[in-house]
This record gives sequence, C-alpha cells and structure tokens, in this order.
Amino acid sequence: MSDELRSIWHALGEVADPELPLVSIVELGIVRSVERGEDGWTVTLTPTYSGCPATRVIEEDVRAALATATTAPVRIATALAPAWTTDWIAPEARRKLHAAGIVPPQGEAAGAAPAGVRPIAFHRPRPVPCPKCGSLKTVELSRFGSTACKAQYRCSDCLEPFDYFKPH
Amino acid sequence: MLFDYLLRLADNGLILAQRLGEWVGRGPVLEEDIASTNVGLDLLGQARLWYAYAGEVEARDTGAGRSEDELAYFRDSGGFRNLLLVEQPNGNYADTMARQYLFDQWHVLLLDELRTSRDQRIAGIAAKALKEAQYHVQRSADWVVRLGDGTEESHRRMQAAIDALWMYTGEMFAVDATERTLIDAGIAADAAALQAPWRSSVDAVFGEATLAVPTDDWMQGAGMRGGKQGIHTEHLSHLLAEMQVLPRTYPQARW
Repeated sequence: MSDELRSIWHALGEVADPELPLVSIVELGIVRSVERGEDGWTVTLTPTYSGCPATRVIEEDVRAALATATTAPVRIATALAPAWTTDWIAPEARRKLHAAGIVPPQGEAAGAAPAGVRPIAFHRPRPVPCPKCGSLKTVELSRFGSTACKAQYRCSDCLEPFDYFKPH
Repeated sequence: MLFDYLLRLADNGLILAQRLGEWVGRGPVLEEDIASTNVGLDLLGQARLWYAYAGEVEARDTGAGRSEDELAYFRDSGGFRNLLLVEQPNGNYADTMARQYLFDQWHVLLLDELRTSRDQRIAGIAAKALKEAQYHVQRSADWVVRLGDGTEESHRRMQAAIDALWMYTGEMFAVDATERTLIDAGIAADAAALQAPWRSSVDAVFGEATLAVPTDDWMQGAGMRGGKQGIHTEHLSHLLAEMQVLPRTYPQARW
C-alpha cells in the first residue's frame, strides 16, 4: 500500500457517519474501495438505505477529508451492488455502538446473501439484550427509531428505552 | 419502452411515499408517524434511483434526458405510470395499512424477480430495494393482523379497507405490450406470474387476521387502461397539485 493510499484510508477513517457520529464510515462498511486511476482517485461508497438522507453529507465530508490527504483529483462513485449489509459493520464499531446505548445488530443479516422473498412470520421472537442491564426481557416499541436503520425497544426490567440497529 | 417501464417502478415509489408523507405529524401514535414516514423515505430513495436511470435511458433514446426533479415535478397526471392502488387516499389507518400491505406483498415479489434482470442496473437497484421492502411487508402484514384480529371496530375498518381497495390489485398483474416486450428480453419481471404467490401470501395473512378475501373479482384498470398507461383516478391530480406546487410556482427554488 502506497503512503498516499494509506493516508487516504486514514482520512476516510476520520469521517464520522452524520447520523451515528461515534462511528466512522469505514467502520460502517460504507466505503467499498479506493482506487487510483489515470486522472486521480476514485472512492466508491455504498448507501446504507436507498433513502438515507445522510448520503449527500457523507460525500461532501469525504471530499473535505481527502483534500488534506491527496492533491490528486478525487471522484466519488456510488455502488449499489452488492447491497450494503449490517454484516459489514466492524467489530470495533459494534463495541462503540453498544457503549453508546445502541444495540448492534444481533446475528447475521439474512440479506447478506440474497435470500429472496422470506415468508411472513408473525410474532417473531428475536431477543435483543438491553444495553443498560443486559436483560433479554425487552419489547419492540416501533419498527423504526430515530433513523431508518434503527428500531425502538424498551427493557421490561430496567424500563429503559433504547435504539436497536436492525440487521439489514 | 424501457424508459416507460422505469417510470412505472419510480412513480409507484414516489406517489406512495408522498401519501405516507401526508401522515407526518398526524400519525395515530408518534412511533407510527415515524414508521410510516421512514417507509416513505425508503420508497422515495428507491424512486430516485429509478428516476436517475430513467433519465439516462431517456437521454440515450432521445438525446435529452430529464432530471429526477423534472420527472417528479413537471409531469401532469397523464404522464404518471404508477399503479392506481398507491394513489388512493390515506383514509383511516386501516385504509393506509391495507393499501401498504397489498402493495408491499406485490413489491417484494416484483423486486425478487427483478434481481435477476438481464439489465444489471435494474438488478442492482432491485436487490437493494428488496431488503427494504422485505422489512416493509413484515410491518404492514403485522398491522393487517393487528387490526383485523383486533377489536370489533378495528376488524370492521380493516375489512372495509380491503373491500374498497381490492379492485385496484388486478392491475398489478396485468401485462401490456410494453411489459411483454421487456419480459421477453429478460429485462422486466413477468407480473402475471406474481399473482399466484401474491395470492397465497395474502390468503395466509388474511387468515391470521380473520379477514375475508373479497369475492368480487372485477378489477379496475386491468384492461390495459389504468395507472400504468397513464389513466388515473381523480385522486392523483389532487396529490400532484400539493406535491408540485412549490417547484412549479418557483421553478428556480433551491433548498
């Protein structure tokens, strides 16, 4: 890895996700590749959700961060396939999320390998441990939380509401 | 032809997203307000991906492709290719969730087929959108069950919603000449083939929800004269009037 490439990755590692500022876009698995072409660098990003409102901000932040890492032109490309999955979230980021009271995705996302149409299952029990007290007696309050990628839960033991980063 | 097909996909997302957006600040509970608008946000994001591609295809075909905003804000109702189902008014929450479930259940099947489209761009968008739609259908099916198998009043309302919307579902499976050509080319999904799996899922969910499947099988728009051909119910014009007023009044507006 060249020094310049190393410093680009380092700079990208400093770019925080706008909606989850405690983790970087590299840790979230949004940066798919960094490649040197004849006319500069191409950074390929992948959106988490199609309608994620942070996508534009992330692009601008990447440009700003790379301005100090390279003097070559930077092009930002978007790749939809393979579709982003929470399985790409780095272990370190999972620890950070948990420490911040957001439960990271439990288990692998079924969508990691294209699974097709899953049958509808009613009353799915999927234990999500409370980030405060660890109790498994938690209930889903809403399938969507403060952002599209999270659901809202509440612990039945300590009564604390919390965000759950949905497997996707 | 491909442009027209992409508009069908895009317009479904945009119009349903706009409907769901009407719940902002009016949801029955805060959580549902947020959930419905998040589903709308996913659909809007998907619509943008389809519009962007449609614009490129249009540019390839005619030399002048329209932008996402031009396609969304500067077409009249006759130019829209969405299903009649998605433009139906929100009504009460049972009406909204019945509409959502009938659409979501079809949407996942459609996207699953499109994942293997010979058009790589379509396949990529579909694979991404499917993951989101999968989550949508779990939620809307849950609501159909919750209200259908809820109180006497919620059951009555959900059944009434299903009865009223049922005639708009036939159009989802009608294949016209545009789709036929693209199906034969391996690009579009064969919508007719989605009907059996759709119906069996609907039967299962309605069974769980103690709802009756309507027996009247007269279908609006199924005779190739429906939303996909640009012939809409009166509701679409009202929706567009509200959605398009700002960019049409101030075409240079930026925010």
